[in-house]
Amino acid sequence: MQPALLGLFTIIVGVGGCIGYFYFSNIFLDKVLFPAKGVNAGRNINRANMIRPWLFLAPALLALSLYLAYPVFATLWYSVTDRDQGNAFVGLANYRQMFDDPKFWEALRNNMLWLIIVPAASTAFGLLAAQLTDRIKWGSIAKSLIFMPMAISFVGAAVIFKLIYDTRPVDSNQIGVLNAVWLQFNGGAGSALLLRIMPALLLGAFGALVGFAGLTMARRLISPGHVHPTAPMKVLIAFGVLVSAVLVFLVLRGIFGIATFSFPYGVPQTWLTIPLWNSIFLMVVLVWIQTGFAMVILSAALRGIPEETIEAAIVDGANPFQVFFKIKMPQIAGTIVVVWTTITIVVLKVFDIVFAMTNGQWETQVLANYMYDKLFRANDWGVGSAGAMVIMLLVTPILVWNVYNARKEMR
Amino acid sequence: MDNIAGSKSSLTWAVHISVVALVLLWLFPTLGLFVSSFRTADQISSSGWWKSMFPQEQNLTLRSADPDDEGAQVLRDGVYVVEGNLFVQAGADVGASEAEISVWGTSSREISTYVPGDTAVLKDGETMTVQVNGDYVWTGEAQMSGRGQRAFVTAVTPPEFTLDNYRNVLFDENNREGMAKAFFNTLTVTIPATIIPILIAAFAAYALAWMDFPGRALLVAFVVALLVVPLQLALIPLLKLHNDIGIGKGYLGVWLAHTGFGLPLAIYLLRNYMVGLPRDIIENARVDGATDFQIFTKIILPLSFPALASFAIFQFLWTWNDLLVSLVFLIDSTGETTVMTKQIVELLGTRGGNWEILATSAFVSISVPLIVFFTMQRYLVRGLLAGSVK
Repeated sequence: MQPALLGLFTIIVGVGGCIGYFYFSNIFLDKVLFPAKGVNAGRNINRANMIRPWLFLAPALLALSLYLAYPVFATLWYSVTDRDQGNAFVGLANYRQMFDDPKFWEALRNNMLWLIIVPAASTAFGLLAAQLTDRIKWGSIAKSLIFMPMAISFVGAAVIFKLIYDTRPVDSNQIGVLNAVWLQFNGGAGSALLLRIMPALLLGAFGALVGFAGLTMARRLISPGHVHPTAPMKVLIAFGVLVSAVLVFLVLRGIFGIATFSFPYGVPQTWLTIPLWNSIFLMVVLVWIQTGFAMVILSAALRGIPEETIEAAIVDGANPFQVFFKIKMPQIAGTIVVVWTTITIVVLKVFDIVFAMTNGQWETQVLANYMYDKLFRANDWGVGSAGAMVIMLLVTPILVWNVYNARKEMR
Repeated sequence: MDNIAGSKSSLTWAVHISVVALVLLWLFPTLGLFVSSFRTADQISSSGWWKSMFPQEQNLTLRSADPDDEGAQVLRDGVYVVEGNLFVQAGADVGASEAEISVWGTSSREISTYVPGDTAVLKDGETMTVQVNGDYVWTGEAQMSGRGQRAFVTAVTPPEFTLDNYRNVLFDENNREGMAKAFFNTLTVTIPATIIPILIAAFAAYALAWMDFPGRALLVAFVVALLVVPLQLALIPLLKLHNDIGIGKGYLGVWLAHTGFGLPLAIYLLRNYMVGLPRDIIENARVDGATDFQIFTKIILPLSFPALASFAIFQFLWTWNDLLVSLVFLIDSTGETTVMTKQIVELLGTRGGNWEILATSAFVSISVPLIVFFTMQRYLVRGLLAGSVK
């Protein structure tokens, strides 16, 4: 157990070193550098107090700068140089090479799908779970069971779900739940109800919601009423209208697809090799993990809503749906945004699930895995770093938003 | 919130049912892995784990005793006879005593030709009779040799679970794919990588929360910004750095990397908590002549225990479950320092169909975080609520 001894040694040295550093640097400051006695006692105390914060901060700042800030710039530099040419500056050649790679576009497309589906589904399930469990006595047990996947590693979850998606030949018993359920469908009325009508209705409801939001925004753009939106706000609204139009179109196409698709009944499917669907099956894993997180945060937010507002609404004759959508939702909107962005960041970094389950085969590539592929398999630092910069670019809006909020809070 | 005016009791049972359904849906996947880790390879591949609680029909290939074995074959009334029980012959793991055969056959293509009690006529004038409980009589006119006669039986066996998988994965010294070494390696990575960032972050958080100096707001913004920087960016520059300063791939590198990556959340969480501590205590201590160092160690640190615990759990779960950082900074080509997540990914590649190994290995790696999760959930939730920017 030599590494274990090394580990113990490191803990002792690390912890001892840290405490020793803080203790002795403080003593040095107070007793040697600026002693609080003699003629300059007052001035010395002030000086010592000016330096002390930096003593406390030094190790953390050093580690942060070296391990997180410096790499951002180093990666930026690697993405515009070529290692094979002795780290010569090559401009945007790496980016051009990456943009010519169809695998990159596949990864980007999949990442966009992940970015839409996973935060939306996790937040929705989390909200549902929070709303339901808050109303019952054994809610805390239910919560901790739904929350449990948070403790499971992505790799562990990958194994768990690979067992669910497992496929056996037609004539043997299916050991994957999904195929076992799938083989229950035979193309009769039940199948039509569960596989065509229900999904079409769900999709239609989602489309109607998006369409309604889009129409509302469009109306604000055309006849602003008494509030005149500013120019950047107008651009934002126009963008929103455009996105909702595209989504509605996609939903309509999806409904048409569901209605006309001929399902291969009775044949066990190798789920992870069906393009597009396999990405969704991978997303299910992350939704399963992240729902608990969304639930915990949203449940706390729901409990923080002042009861008077709800009671007032009920006295005024609001039904439960109105109470939920018109009273509760607006009050937890800020928390929903926080949950959404937090999960978005997790999604952008998602690597282990894809790496362990498909390794990007069958069109399931995502940016983080693409980047890893380029860096450590193809050994192409230029393109790999360019891929990393794309992830950084996608994270930047959230970074700016967080910093903006944090600064607002500090004031 | 549910017992105020206007709420309907008729909806309560619907809520209960929905929550039960939701919980079962969320529990089902993990349960599958858990149950599978206690089943034999045969059981896993012949039926879904959800059937394992009930007696189940299994197709088994069993063999009679080898006629060449000492005393197995006896000459009785002019015919050679081998007698015994098929299940006993196959060993205990089929559920010998209570299994019931419904149909059987003597060739892999016709496994349901005979019902128990029938006598099958084999080549060279040999015959075989199999009873419901697996008792068989195999006779031949000439002396029989070679291996025992195969029988393909369809039997209903009672549920049965085994600890063999765990024995194999954890305690078998000769198993190169075992998890024992990876388990200790993971532990070696995790503990220093959890303790060291806490200490560094606590001092920094105190400075950011309670010391007044120019540039403090800017530093807080800096920490918040670093919260979301994807660690993917850090891989190549840091690996190069580690190689340049001679650390290379190894434990030291992975500890440093985890420390660096964990610090922003640690500082952010601890600072937010420390800011909320009552100002009076700290000012009284100052008036009484305590130095900042004393205030920190004697007052702030003990009071911040909940926040320290939250972050410790986060960092522990994160380092225990991590794959990418270990892959890049720790595991070299010898594979001596492999961690559990890496080991499992490797097993997924080489043993993709051997679910008994996969399920057991995965469950070994999951079990420790699950224990931590269920014992310290309170702190985890508190930490999440405090630091949900990340």
